[in-house]
Amino acid sequence: MDFNFNPEQLQFADALKRWIGRDYGFEARRAIIHSQAGVSDAAWATLAELGMTALPVAEAHGGFSGSAVDMFVVMRELGRGLVVEPYFATVLGAEFLRLGAQAGFAAAELLERVAGGELKLACALGERQSRHDLFDIATRAQASGDGWTISGEKKVVIHGFEAGALIVSARAGGSEGGGQREHGGVLLFVLPADTPGVTVTGYRTLDGQRAADIRFDGVQLTRAQLLADEAAGADILDATLDYGAALLCAEALGAMEALFEATLDYLKTRQQFGAPIGKFQALQHRMADMFVHLEQAHSMALLAAVKMAATDPVERRRAVSAAKYRVNQAARFVGQQAVQLHGGMGVTDELPAAHYFKRLAAIELQLGDSDHHLARFIAQPGFATGVVEAEAA
Amino acid sequence: MDLNYSNEDLAFRIEVRAFLDAELPADLQQKVRKHLRLSKEDSVRWHKILAAKGWVAPGWPVEFGGPGWTATQRHIFEEECARAGTPQIMPFGVNMVAPVIMAFGSQAQKDYYLPRILSCEDWWCQGYSEPGAGSDLASLKTTAVRHADADGDYYLVNGQKTWTTLAQHADMIFCLVRTDTGVRKQEGISFLLIDMHSPGITVRPIIMLDEDHEVNEVFFDNVRVPASNLVGQENRGWTYAKYLLGHERTGIAAVGRSKRELAFVKTLAARENKSGLPLIEDPLFAAKLASLEIELMALEMTVLRVLARPNQAPGPEASVLKVRGTEIQQALSELMVEAVGPMALPFDPAYLEGEREHSLVGDDEAAPLLAHYFNYRKTSIYGGSNEIQRNIISQMILGL
Repeated sequence: MDFNFNPEQLQFADALKRWIGRDYGFEARRAIIHSQAGVSDAAWATLAELGMTALPVAEAHGGFSGSAVDMFVVMRELGRGLVVEPYFATVLGAEFLRLGAQAGFAAAELLERVAGGELKLACALGERQSRHDLFDIATRAQASGDGWTISGEKKVVIHGFEAGALIVSARAGGSEGGGQREHGGVLLFVLPADTPGVTVTGYRTLDGQRAADIRFDGVQLTRAQLLADEAAGADILDATLDYGAALLCAEALGAMEALFEATLDYLKTRQQFGAPIGKFQALQHRMADMFVHLEQAHSMALLAAVKMAATDPVERRRAVSAAKYRVNQAARFVGQQAVQLHGGMGVTDELPAAHYFKRLAAIELQLGDSDHHLARFIAQPGFATGVVEAEAA
Repeated sequence: MDLNYSNEDLAFRIEVRAFLDAELPADLQQKVRKHLRLSKEDSVRWHKILAAKGWVAPGWPVEFGGPGWTATQRHIFEEECARAGTPQIMPFGVNMVAPVIMAFGSQAQKDYYLPRILSCEDWWCQGYSEPGAGSDLASLKTTAVRHADADGDYYLVNGQKTWTTLAQHADMIFCLVRTDTGVRKQEGISFLLIDMHSPGITVRPIIMLDEDHEVNEVFFDNVRVPASNLVGQENRGWTYAKYLLGHERTGIAAVGRSKRELAFVKTLAARENKSGLPLIEDPLFAAKLASLEIELMALEMTVLRVLARPNQAPGPEASVLKVRGTEIQQALSELMVEAVGPMALPFDPAYLEGEREHSLVGDDEAAPLLAHYFNYRKTSIYGGSNEIQRNIISQMILGL
């Protein structure tokens, strides 16, 4: 077994580290998140120059065909740097396009623009009633003429306001009313964000990112804008959500590592009762427990990334749900303890630690919280049989 | 990154499985799987089967009779043994005193003791802990004073050891003894090999909360020990003790055994009913089970990450594995009891000891589980309590 990253992966990480250290420090980031746009065109241009937008795109479309493990490396660094640019949303959209292309969708032009950094994407999936079940889709798509008409509202679409194109999930009009949460009848569309009938209302989220509510009022779409039909829609949605969850695990790992290091540093410098507070056993044990959480989360984030290549979707779902559950647990423990150990400073907006805490709490709420993934893990075939095979494969 | 086992490792796993299928006696396997208590004869029997195959000391160098396996092969072997449900090889001889003798012992000690450890000629026990010492091992008070007479140089040993696992069976004990009281407490300690049949040694049982006789107090009253039984140099014993403590890096996690136990809990939960449905379909129980399974997956991956690191020396990462490994073992023992509910209450020592074929109430799988749960409270206390492991993590890894 080889747990090492290859030289290209290490280069990506180094390049990101250098850029973040130079141009995306805490004050620079603060200026970005409090700016009108909330994101930085210059930062986006740099991400594109560094090859990050091309990384997940296939070579045939001008990219580098990066694997989920390649993306793990990138997302971990972006997590360490608390980067708020619409990168994850775009990469998730690109994964929809990639899988859609496999199912026959003409994605070449869109993917080339993503690879070149010219097109940002957002994935409009969640609705008010969905909570963490993104198969709970009330948005309707009715066949009309040669195309489709969609109506509905998507909530908290990450970077929905910044995107040039949207990936939208909808339920085929013919489906029965009781089928709202079923896997059959899921359609996926791609459309420009400025399509008539689309209303985008952007806002900030408390972790420094941007999101939007997006209404679709009788939006007319052509047949060519159907990314995945009923036959392919559910599988593509499922696989892409797993891909996204795996990437969020990597981002969370990076954020936890940075937060852990900052807390350790604080414990070694902050003096109380005539000694660094790290000399007190109560705090040492807290840090030791945080370290154990970090190691376990690290292991599972890696497993999720590796298992994205699994041919058996059950194997993939099992690993991803286990990872997101475990990473969520660690994110909450490490985040809360780090704030506690920083004392009064930890609850101020001045401190980077507080911002890591906020991002970790937000990640818990994205693409499935702990209860959601635990239930999904239990629901996988084989859970009850007692057959536990070696996890490494 | 490549998380696949190599073809050689996969072939090795098949070889180990085939061996266990053929050679692990069914009665021993059943005892282990049902959480019954193993006798000395049970342990020795399995030891000799492995020894005949040359597999009883996976960590030993080839020159001393080890099989020459890689760290990954050792991991696979341990995992397969645990999964099959073999008795555990007693670690005191093979894994504890033997590495110390190999590294620091005299040629005569190597020539005499190592083959006897392989063949299970001697049953060893460990004389580290003393009353009141707890995890502060270096505070030990048992003394060894050097003398000489016509029969040669010898030490006269006086004092008391405690928590001595299975000393009632032992032929030999390796002891930390105080040979100099005038120096820092770590510096006056020596490492002695003592014949348990020597005059002046008394073994007194300590009965644990599950009413099992697993540990003992050992008293030394003017016990004469030949000076040739000193390992290495006088007053250097603390160095050897630390070498021993850090020798095992990943086995301490006991992932294989916990996997078997997890499968066992699932079997129970599929069989038990709650409100007319299989317990495993109860959302509350399933959630506890699933979160534990995920924790175990994470521990296994962490073990594999440690194994893959080129540095084969023991490291403080063992502390992470000890804390999580034992917490998972304890949580599994809790879930087993919860799974069978009141059927865990009947206590039947005769069944536990293998003197009766079936338990009093006839639920043979359920009856030992409460004793097992009580017994496993020890795991977060022995081998350096989990609090001590947290001290090691914070000080050795985090630099606090």
